[in-house]
Amino acid sequence: MRFKLRRDTILSVLLILPSALAIFIFVYGFIAFTAYVSFSNWNRLVPDYTFVGASNYLRLFQNPRFIITLRNLGVFTGLFVGGSLFLGFFLAVLLDRRIKAEGFFRTVYLYPLALSFIVTGVVWRWLLNPGSPQMGSTGINLLLEMMGLGFLKSGWYTDPRVGIIAVAVAAIWQMSGYVMAMYLAGLRGIPEELREAARVDGASELQIYRFVVLPLLRPITFGALIVLGHISLKIYDLVVAMTGPGPGYSCDVPAYFMWELTFRANRFAQGAGIAVILLFIVSLLIIPYLRYSLRREVEA
Amino acid sequence: MRIKPLRILLYAVLLAFAAYYLMPVYVLVVTSLKGFAEVNLYRMWNPPRSFSLESFRRALFGGMGYQGLAPNILNSVVMVLPATLISAALGSLNGYIFARWQFRGANTLFTLALFGMFIPYQSILIPLVQTLRAVGLYGSIPGLILTHVIYGIPITTLIFRNYYATVPKELVEAARIDGAGLLGVYRRIMLPLSLPGFAVVLIWQFTSIWNDFLFAVTVAQNPAVQPVTVALNNLAGSFIVEWNVQMAGALLAALPTLLVYIFLGRYFMRGLLAGSLKG
Repeated sequence: MRFKLRRDTILSVLLILPSALAIFIFVYGFIAFTAYVSFSNWNRLVPDYTFVGASNYLRLFQNPRFIITLRNLGVFTGLFVGGSLFLGFFLAVLLDRRIKAEGFFRTVYLYPLALSFIVTGVVWRWLLNPGSPQMGSTGINLLLEMMGLGFLKSGWYTDPRVGIIAVAVAAIWQMSGYVMAMYLAGLRGIPEELREAARVDGASELQIYRFVVLPLLRPITFGALIVLGHISLKIYDLVVAMTGPGPGYSCDVPAYFMWELTFRANRFAQGAGIAVILLFIVSLLIIPYLRYSLRREVEA
Repeated sequence: MRIKPLRILLYAVLLAFAAYYLMPVYVLVVTSLKGFAEVNLYRMWNPPRSFSLESFRRALFGGMGYQGLAPNILNSVVMVLPATLISAALGSLNGYIFARWQFRGANTLFTLALFGMFIPYQSILIPLVQTLRAVGLYGSIPGLILTHVIYGIPITTLIFRNYYATVPKELVEAARIDGAGLLGVYRRIMLPLSLPGFAVVLIWQFTSIWNDFLFAVTVAQNPAVQPVTVALNNLAGSFIVEWNVQMAGALLAALPTLLVYIFLGRYFMRGLLAGSLKG
């Protein structure tokens, strides 16, 4: 028995080894190499690994376009994460009221998640195409006019003051159903007795949500925040398909700038610098989450 | 009876949101079915007066001065099927070991692997391109398959690990008393119970690999091997391609994952929850 257990332990390590090695090289090794490139002089097609210190980072932070992408990323993340959480929670609460045809609504609210950001971007580029004053409105603007809501018309992504906000509108459309599904699953997990008890104590429906439901849904909010947050910080495909960098870089994001800089302009070291900064921002979100869930599992 | 008006309002709001989520699909379908004479941006919300499949034909097989998506859809299929199957097999094995055979450092190793699921892939693209070039897989579908398999390891392992953790300990103990070792337990107990786990992982990987753009555009710049997402983006970015052909192309590119979602939505949901709600 003892011998067998040990043999199985060795075997399990051997079976895990290929995947572990792949992750070690393709994730950690590659990240280390990207960081190494970001401190090098490789800003032409031909690699040049001469160490140049932090000069690529200094140049990035002196580059107005990079600063704009960081600001856009902040605006986008705030709107997208906030908007999806709010809309998703709202829809979940509505759907949790013993709705006939709940399955239909759930399916319709969630299907955009199955689409690629490229499809979403292609469609929303036309939906948010504002049209022109001479030829008339198109897309959403036309729809707003038809509904008598013409005052809500906007230049969307063609207006530098809107820019990235238009991209967030499409992203919220795509991801809010996912938040709805998570919250709905969470709401279903809350025993009716708990709400009943609060009702008996004289709490209003609003108070029940505020003091009973929302605190119990905190782990779900936390999980959704992590998923939406890391999608948001990495957002790339949607920008490519929908707008590109936009007027005055008003739709530009770091992931997009990174790709252009690296694979179009051959400024590999600066591109690597953006990648490292992006990874750092994502890590601020993910590492606490992984530590938290690891600890929770050890306790469990 | 008092609450009836409220109920009606509730359904009205739900329906309004349904319309909001369906709006892009409406435009996609309606536009791609319109005949070319009828296509007009300023009447994009009008239903078609005549039906024509010409947009689909051009989206698939090309038109004046542009290529269709048919070869790229084929590329996507050739890429997504092996990549999905291999990563599910790997995930199943890894998940089983992490769920049942704890060796020292297993938890740390697992967490380190999970981190790979969240990284912005921009932070590995440069060495990825160099490595694929060095082994002769750059700009090829096998190169894309390898990439998707490796970066799929964290999520497939996670889903299978959580799935196998729900298999009762007694079953495993009983098999071990009967003399089954590591692989015996896997083959006799776990694999036969794995079908739902495989369904979740296969659907998840199929959807994410089909929909991927970043790896596709970085690794497969050559038009002959481009997956459909890259080709669609080029098609939609070209000024010579008619608007209704772009819409038909988008619909075609979305169709496989949409069908999977509609018919296997249950498993799709489970994958979603597994990807975010751990344990």
